[in-house]
Amino acid sequence: MTKAMIQIFQTVGRATLGVQISLLMLLMLCGMAIFGPLVSPYGETKIVGSAYAQWSSEFVLGTDAIGRDILSRLIYGARNTIGIAFIGTTLAFLIGTALGVSSVLAGGWVDQLLGRIFDMLIAIPQLIMALLVLAIVGTSVETLIGVIAVVDSTRVYRVARAATLSVAVQDFVESARVRGESMRTILFGEVLPNVTLPLFTEFGVRFSSVFLFISSLSFLGLGVQPPFADWGSMVKEYAPLLAFGKITPLIPAVTIAALTISVNVVVDWALRLHTAGFGR
Amino acid sequence: MTHVNPVVDEPQAPVPPPRVSLAKLSRILSLRLLLGITTLLSVSIVIFAAVQFLPGDAAEILVGQYPDEQTIAVLRRELGLDQPPVLRYLYWVGAALQGDFGNSLTSGRAISDLIGTRLQNTLYLAFYAALIALPSAFVAAIFSVLKPGGLVDRITNTLSLVFLSSPQFLIAYVLVLFLAVSMPLFPSSADMRPNTEIFRFLYICFLPAVTLSAVSAGYMARMMRAVMLDVMERPFIRMAKLKGVTPNRVVLYHTLPNALGSIAAVAALVLAQLILGVVVVETVFVYPGLGQLLVDSVSKRDVTVVQAISLIFACVYILLNLTADLIAILTNPQILYPGND
Repeated sequence: MTKAMIQIFQTVGRATLGVQISLLMLLMLCGMAIFGPLVSPYGETKIVGSAYAQWSSEFVLGTDAIGRDILSRLIYGARNTIGIAFIGTTLAFLIGTALGVSSVLAGGWVDQLLGRIFDMLIAIPQLIMALLVLAIVGTSVETLIGVIAVVDSTRVYRVARAATLSVAVQDFVESARVRGESMRTILFGEVLPNVTLPLFTEFGVRFSSVFLFISSLSFLGLGVQPPFADWGSMVKEYAPLLAFGKITPLIPAVTIAALTISVNVVVDWALRLHTAGFGR
Repeated sequence: MTHVNPVVDEPQAPVPPPRVSLAKLSRILSLRLLLGITTLLSVSIVIFAAVQFLPGDAAEILVGQYPDEQTIAVLRRELGLDQPPVLRYLYWVGAALQGDFGNSLTSGRAISDLIGTRLQNTLYLAFYAALIALPSAFVAAIFSVLKPGGLVDRITNTLSLVFLSSPQFLIAYVLVLFLAVSMPLFPSSADMRPNTEIFRFLYICFLPAVTLSAVSAGYMARMMRAVMLDVMERPFIRMAKLKGVTPNRVVLYHTLPNALGSIAAVAALVLAQLILGVVVVETVFVYPGLGQLLVDSVSKRDVTVVQAISLIFACVYILLNLTADLIAILTNPQILYPGND
């Protein structure tokens, strides 16, 4: 074990129980997403038993209306939902950060123009914008990711621009400019390393909101389309079981909440660690 | 989440605080109003323009499977599609302002007929939810400020984190499981008929309203608490404490009056979010409102209906945000009496 790993374990050991549980939860859910096909007992869309089988050792969480194993769908669902949310958020970050940083560095009318455009886009509620686009181009995974990337990049743009602006006025950037360094060196050498933390925190916050957003869209039947599994659409699919007092529909809903709560707790913890001067 | 005030980015040279006259205040207000109107206009342009990206136009969609050049041309003239986009936009906005949104692409019915009672239903539900969310968030925030780290504070904190991080349908279905299935106290679907009387409405819409208010109440309680704690950092509160004013009195008589303006602004901001929450809640409880119609229309790809409803939702959202800003401006002592803090 390297020194860095020991240090990480020690930091985690000192964290509160809530943080430790959240970290464990995140590891588990991400593991489910990454190693899904290896750990899942059956295939994602495979019909393996009779409809609505009870909970048993054969089907741990029972089967759905057409006899697919619910546990397997839950595991594959992690992969689809987390995957889409992750790709969408990452794209939003690439777009938002690139435009935010270059908007500050370019300054002048470019900054003004981009600022006005994003002000306008941010005034439209996200949900409405997404539904409008989905109505026009139809629902598909690609559209979903595209919509999220564009809609969410408006928020990222603001954070990236504000963070860059506060760095750009500092002396070391000024002196780099005076030294005659190229825009590229200033960007990668001076600016980006100093805006990483605000952007990282923003990533956590945005990821969990994007995740909730996709789950809601899927729940409404406008996100991930059948036969692919997804936590939001699973809730919708199993909802009729609720009338018989079964908690099956709540399981995917609870996993959604567990993921977002864990992300929020961990981001909060990371931020507190940083302000307490971790790693200095 | 949403912006309260535009962030001032450029470092400003220290100028002596001007005395705020009514003229300056009205200039700030009219500037903000102008910005609001510009936003409304540009949003309506975006919503209108989005539809222009459709492959083909409404005429081709209406004709359906067997396109025939002549029929399409006639339809285009009838729908005004042969006009330039700018004219069409003006016509669309003008008609929308008079309550005419055109016809549905799939059913051909007038959109205003489809929307009519649904808009009313949605507003009732949102109002009901706001009536639950506002007082409970307000009371929770006051109690958590009265005793920071106390029982109420911790419960509020945990509950609001859970509500904010849970999908609305989880809250809805947990409520249904406990209050409609295990203990059949309330109906699990909101069976709204025309002319439902008020007490029946309050009864059948209890679960949807509670669901809708949960997220907003959590968010509001957090922000109201933060606003009050912010006020408590000010010098006059320290003065009051030094003078020996009891802690409860500090909160209720010194902090609260000074935080009321920001609290009202927070409330307006969160209500803007609450309006959007109806989309999921109405779907869960099969409530005949605008949100449900929006979801149905998106899955049927009935673009004209989606356009109309988007416009309505966006307008309500922007107007509530504008209200929040106006309240914030009007109640900010630093704008009214600069340099006196």
